[in-house]
Amino acid sequence: MTAASLLAADPLLAGKVDLAVVLIVALKAVIVLAFLLVATMLMIWFERKVHADMTNRIGPNQAGPFGILQSVADGVKVFFKEDLLPDRADRFVFRLAPFLSVVPAFLTFAVVPIGGNFSDADGGVIELFGHRTLLQLADPPIGVLLVLAMSSIAVYGVMLAGWSSGSKYPLLGSVRASAQMVSYEAALGLSTVTVVLVAGTLTTSGIVAAQHTWNWNLWATGIVPFVVFLIAATAELNRPPFDLVEAEQELVGGFHTEYSGVRFAMYYLAEFMNTVTMSAIIVTLFLGGPNGPVLVGPEWLWGIVWFFAKLMLLLFTFAWFRATLPRFRYDQLMDLGWKALIPLALGWLLLMIAIRVGSDEGWNPILVMVVGVAALAAGYALLVLAGRTARRNRELAGAHL
Amino acid sequence: MSAVTRFLAVSDFLRSYLTVGIFAGVAIALVAGILGLGSLIRPTRPQASKYVNYESGVDPVGVGWSQAEIRYYIFALLFVLFDVEAVFIFPWATRLEAYGTFGAVEMGIFIGILALGLLYAWRKGVLRWL
Repeated sequence: MTAASLLAADPLLAGKVDLAVVLIVALKAVIVLAFLLVATMLMIWFERKVHADMTNRIGPNQAGPFGILQSVADGVKVFFKEDLLPDRADRFVFRLAPFLSVVPAFLTFAVVPIGGNFSDADGGVIELFGHRTLLQLADPPIGVLLVLAMSSIAVYGVMLAGWSSGSKYPLLGSVRASAQMVSYEAALGLSTVTVVLVAGTLTTSGIVAAQHTWNWNLWATGIVPFVVFLIAATAELNRPPFDLVEAEQELVGGFHTEYSGVRFAMYYLAEFMNTVTMSAIIVTLFLGGPNGPVLVGPEWLWGIVWFFAKLMLLLFTFAWFRATLPRFRYDQLMDLGWKALIPLALGWLLLMIAIRVGSDEGWNPILVMVVGVAALAAGYALLVLAGRTARRNRELAGAHL
Repeated sequence: MSAVTRFLAVSDFLRSYLTVGIFAGVAIALVAGILGLGSLIRPTRPQASKYVNYESGVDPVGVGWSQAEIRYYIFALLFVLFDVEAVFIFPWATRLEAYGTFGAVEMGIFIGILALGLLYAWRKGVLRWL
């Protein structure tokens, strides 16, 4: 292959690529970065305000109107704090770990469609400076898998941070974190399969396009995958009530005990940025993305408005969880993940498969539904029975704690 | 499909990954920039005791990487089971209609075998904490 043909094979140079296309890509990247940073800042303020309100406090109210600049003030402060690197730490990994936490949080957002009109055959394509483009940074054919892969990489950020500190509390926190995130990732993946099954595509834009005309996956998949996904996502994010990773009473700060200054701020940023990103993913997968009624004014604006309205709803839900739910115990956490969510997600997946295939093959839908639900109920009853027998046997053996 | 359109389709496929790659580069640069800016303007006043590991205020006992009972590895092993499952289920789920009843039964058997694996682990008591 000659140099010229190699150059021609460069994906960016292939096709009609002129300055406008490059500028659109650059513009979208900058918008997404800026949006994420501002959204994260606002999310921190929003959560503190909501949490304060729910616990009958005032919350931040000094910096700016309603204390809205509090996160900015905190951010500036942290730049002037000394950065400590413990003597016993593995210096390279200790420095590397914050990158592994923050970068996946950014990357996940690249596949989220934040606007566009999906009601026609175009599938969310809008006109921008005479070029047709999606209102999302990238639309890879396996967008959903990219989301799952990025949430897997985030495990490394937490695990390596704890291990490289060379200290006991971070090590315990990070081992807990990896077991928790890995456990709930199975449930997360299984509930996502149901969405893929209904939409028939792995691209995020395709999933959103399949949900126009109010055919949201929330009810198209029958609510259960949404509930499983929401619980698993909360656990993936290490947010309350699943914040055992940084349970202050047991582990001081958890995996980031030894981090200080800007490096600590990176973890703080990643945590809230992940919350924003995960909410955006839930909106995309289950709540129809930017789909919604167009009331007055331009069509493309309403897509963005609806997307943000749904995003705010989910962010509020996460803040609400934190203010109301007490933290799980570790055995309860593992029981919920492996003994409730995964079997439930698996069973529901099989039911959805039966219903979809049944409607294709022309089986009686009511019969399929009745048999499927009956099979699920029978499986559930067997599990409950087995669990009860096991508990009785343990109590008889005197091993119950 | 002519050679030109096929070529364009492939490059479209790659272009979306290239965008993700560029975005990753920008994100890495941003984090590096923030950390670099911090290292320029923050104070440094070294003191030996500042670099000692935190252990509730007393001097640390032993080394941080001391041996501990790790009962978590079993969950990592079980996770592999479901991760491998995802590799097969996701591509199949996009083509559900194409394979019809045959595919559904095949996948049902596959999921059944994996569920048996989970049940076996459950029966062996590895999912029980303590």
